[in-house]
Amino acid sequence: MRVGVLALQGAFREHILVLEALASSTVAVRLPVQLEGLDGLVIPGGESTAIAKLMRTYGFYEAIRDACAQGMAVWGTCAGAILMAREIGDARPDQEPLGLMDIVVQRNAYGRQVDSFEAPLHFAHIGEPFPGVFIRAPYIERVGEGVEILARHDGRIVAAHGGRMLATTFHPELTGDPRVHRYFIERVIAAQ
Amino acid sequence: MNENPTTGTLRVKTGLAEMLKGGVIMDVVTPEQAKIAEDAGAVAVMSLERVPADIRAAGGVARMADPTIVEAIVGSVSIPVMAKCRIGHFVEAQVLQSLGVDYLDESEVLTPADEEYHIDKWDFTVPFVCGARNLGEALRRIGEGAAMIRTKGEPGTGNVVEAVRHMRTMLDEIAWVAGLRSEQLFGAAKDLQAPYELVKWVHEHGTLPVVNFSAGGIATPADAALMMQLGCDGVFVGSGIFKSGDPVKRARAIVEATTHYNDPDVIARVSRDLGEAMVGINISDIPDAERMQERGW
Repeated sequence: MRVGVLALQGAFREHILVLEALASSTVAVRLPVQLEGLDGLVIPGGESTAIAKLMRTYGFYEAIRDACAQGMAVWGTCAGAILMAREIGDARPDQEPLGLMDIVVQRNAYGRQVDSFEAPLHFAHIGEPFPGVFIRAPYIERVGEGVEILARHDGRIVAAHGGRMLATTFHPELTGDPRVHRYFIERVIAAQ
Repeated sequence: MNENPTTGTLRVKTGLAEMLKGGVIMDVVTPEQAKIAEDAGAVAVMSLERVPADIRAAGGVARMADPTIVEAIVGSVSIPVMAKCRIGHFVEAQVLQSLGVDYLDESEVLTPADEEYHIDKWDFTVPFVCGARNLGEALRRIGEGAAMIRTKGEPGTGNVVEAVRHMRTMLDEIAWVAGLRSEQLFGAAKDLQAPYELVKWVHEHGTLPVVNFSAGGIATPADAALMMQLGCDGVFVGSGIFKSGDPVKRARAIVEATTHYNDPDVIARVSRDLGEAMVGINISDIPDAERMQERGW
């Protein structure tokens, strides 16, 4: 199994470290040709405007959509969840989502950095509460048909899974707890 | 299960810095410049009344920016906004926190308010970034609660030589601490004038416990890529963008060079036709008393 992490900007190294420990072959994706042969791609947290700008400059929009049409699974965390959405609430006019998953995501939904927080989450299918780390986080306003809600915080949707797509608005890669990474590998990539 | 959220934890403070990695943080003095920076792909902006080159030229006491400027910049972009307070000036820090700034820079670019103590940064919900020239200085700041470090360089010069010196010093000292035997760490903590627990952490992990950006004198895409190849996590560009001939193009070029720092073809392409870079200053031409990097203890 070959998993890529989009390495344009943000917390990509942390994802790579966790994925390597789960014994999948991992690659830091900086150019679209590196998407070839990937079973899954993680779009990490970072600044969604900066990542989107670099994605456009290097032709990632089409390349990622094409790879998904070939069956590549995608997991977006925080900024990544924003980018993979069908629609972005509070988007900058030039901010185009990838439209990979039928979710509507609200950016900077909790306020500024002083409102960033940690809270334990009930995350479906993975057992004990998961440590949620929310940093200038978005939330998922609504999900389309066939998208399962995996976790909520304070009533708002913070994790969802539909088909080959997984979105979390928090940061499992900062916790040292590999259960959501394992979920992505076992229940999103490996599930057909 | 207690589902109450906890704000201001070390993890959300250092976590925001993790999200900025591989990115460029740009100094801006107006909302228009902030928008240019955001459009160019900056991961954050530093809101200021003057960029370091102008602070250097103006002389006198440099203080926190006027809240009107900071608020206007906070309201103009969706990326994180940082702001600088004077070393030791915890009331400026309180004010900036109340304005909704996302990261505070307790900065040597401004005139220090306290020549003995830095701010007790654990007291704040907002995270702090602090400058450092070496490992001891970095660990003292982290001990005081800094959630992010930037090497100082010499701000407002357009001369990268000090940024390189500080990054190399930091990496050499980290390698030295990593190679010590455990009983030598007490002596190392004494030599570095740094908390023992943090020295031990560096020994075990071979890296700083927080994100480390480079700052002070970066003026070109190649400068940014140089600092990234030397091992920093991202770059601050102060005067280098808006003191240059074509800020829009240069800002974009520095962003691309920071992402593709290991790809000379990309750096060559983005370095073309950028117009004039800011005029540089040789460090030896700056009197000792005016060197900003010496500020901080």
